[in-house]
Amino acid sequence: MSNDQNINQNSDEFFADPLPGQERYVAPLDETPLQDVDTVDETNPPTSMWADAWKTLRKNPLFIVSAVLVVLVFVVALFPQLFTRIDPRDCDLTYSLEPASPGHPFGFNNQGCDVYARVIYGARTSVAIGIYTTLLVSVLGGLIGAVAGFFGGWVDAVLSRLTDIFFAVPLLLGAIVLLQMFRTSSSIWKVIFTLTLFGWVSMARIVRGAVMEAKNLEFNTASLALGSTPGRNLFRHILPNSLAPAIVIATMSLGSYIVSEATLSFLGIGLPSSVVSWGGDISTAQQYLRTNPSVLFYPSAALAITVLAFIMLGDAVQDALDPKARTA
Amino acid sequence: MGRYLLRRILQMIPVVLGTTLLIYALVFLMPGDPVAAMFGAKPVQPAVAAQIRAEYNLDKPFIIQYLLFLKNALTFNFGKTFSGQQVLAVIGRAFPVTVKLAIMAFVFEAVFGVVFGIISGLKKGKWYDTVILVISLLLISVPTFVTGFVMQYFLGVQWHLLPITAGPNPGFLDLLMPAMVLGSVSMASIIRLTRSEITANIAEDYVRTARAKGMSNKMVVLRHVLRNSLIPVVTYLGADLGALMGGAMISERIFNIQGIGNTLYQAINRGEGTLVVSIVTLMVLIFVVCNLIVDMLYAVLDPRIRYQ
Repeated sequence: MSNDQNINQNSDEFFADPLPGQERYVAPLDETPLQDVDTVDETNPPTSMWADAWKTLRKNPLFIVSAVLVVLVFVVALFPQLFTRIDPRDCDLTYSLEPASPGHPFGFNNQGCDVYARVIYGARTSVAIGIYTTLLVSVLGGLIGAVAGFFGGWVDAVLSRLTDIFFAVPLLLGAIVLLQMFRTSSSIWKVIFTLTLFGWVSMARIVRGAVMEAKNLEFNTASLALGSTPGRNLFRHILPNSLAPAIVIATMSLGSYIVSEATLSFLGIGLPSSVVSWGGDISTAQQYLRTNPSVLFYPSAALAITVLAFIMLGDAVQDALDPKARTA
Repeated sequence: MGRYLLRRILQMIPVVLGTTLLIYALVFLMPGDPVAAMFGAKPVQPAVAAQIRAEYNLDKPFIIQYLLFLKNALTFNFGKTFSGQQVLAVIGRAFPVTVKLAIMAFVFEAVFGVVFGIISGLKKGKWYDTVILVISLLLISVPTFVTGFVMQYFLGVQWHLLPITAGPNPGFLDLLMPAMVLGSVSMASIIRLTRSEITANIAEDYVRTARAKGMSNKMVVLRHVLRNSLIPVVTYLGADLGALMGGAMISERIFNIQGIGNTLYQAINRGEGTLVVSIVTLMVLIFVVCNLIVDMLYAVLDPRIRYQ
């Protein structure tokens, strides 16, 4: 009893006057009836994590800048003819390495092709490789990770060793060995499949961890106790709750797949020169670096801006979805 | 700890076996005749071809070939290249160069990554924090080979500060620029990682407690914030040392360094399966061992993690 009074006295003292520099006035306890605090506003629908994240995202300047850039790159990739009338394959050797002139803002490359048109048309290849690889990696890695995390036991043991095996092969090494096989093919799918085959591992590991964490949360046990089946739980509760880290890693790695494609093209085993791509253009332009650095500069800049946009988008999404990792 | 180590080493065995099988299958199940590749455009006499097939075990079923390779690899007998050199000798010549390059890149990315990350994390919002962040984002989004060309152009061609390419026996100065190129992306990632760890840790309750107890800011940062922030950085660095060995290919191609990456690239181009498999197996082993060391380091750095 005396103890209680003591606390009350202390808290009265504490709450009585705001300290110098304190921003908010804290009301004394007797002025804040507990019912008011406990009353839940039932007229407002509960906000979901996604609605919350969207609210945070909309206010983040990083998100706005990166989203505008990503949308721009998508528009260029889908409708290149909106931005230029010149055919990127219509090259005339008489213009070889000529500087910029009206109508040709970026000048010409060694083959006499318009660099601006090639940069515009190259967007489609890079974006397609980034998007398709990310989708395939998400499906393959997500499925393997979810199955391993959900079933546990020997299924997890087998799938985890499989993941370890692919994890031990560095992406670039594996891709070089595999792509050697399809040297003659000019399809972008060979690059997409190769990057997927050696890229799904990190996705699988993250989804496995998230599913294992979500599986042991109380709401899952509660739902099972109410008579839900494990399969229903997986799709209704566990997967939606493991989605956030998967989305973050997918957005961030999209840029790295675009860089990988360019690197493979540089090594001469990515896409053939008949496909208009930033990576291919950069690797041919390197021979003219000393005489015509601008031919190297424009496709590199386009590639860097695209990758940068996806990394910033990933950062912003991570901030919104994981308040604990918030850096800003 | 000893038992944990033993268990981890035992777990490594199926992983290494699986990875070598994967690489072996990728290299040897590919379409294309390695014997024809060996002779290039020249026609091969059937008897000669048969003899070579027998010598390289190419006449046996795939799984037998793989098992024979494993048996030989365990006794460090990796066979011969097409030109008759011992694979082990070829690797022995190229390997020290790449190790030197990788270690230089590692020191570069560790020192600059951590230092800039700490500066950036402790002085968040200052102009130099913004500069460091923008540069690290640029390094991540520009492909390594472009960074390499640009550095080669400015540092080598324009300003004559560093050698443009490295010779057969590269020294410290020859490898300085390639090492910076090789470590640049990881350095940028380490800056970002260190910065975000420091900003997250500085907001933690234990930091406030330490300050409330009257600890000086310098001591709080050194004793508490840095120690906790650098644990994930050490993990990243450890895993990266293994990856650097494999990733050296780009840097070695740009600066013409006769290291393991360049040797592997040439071996792939010539279709020399034996050499490719041997080099990739070696790289995978290094990578796996590096990861094991990282896991062990974890226990030393983070007392919360205990191994049974």
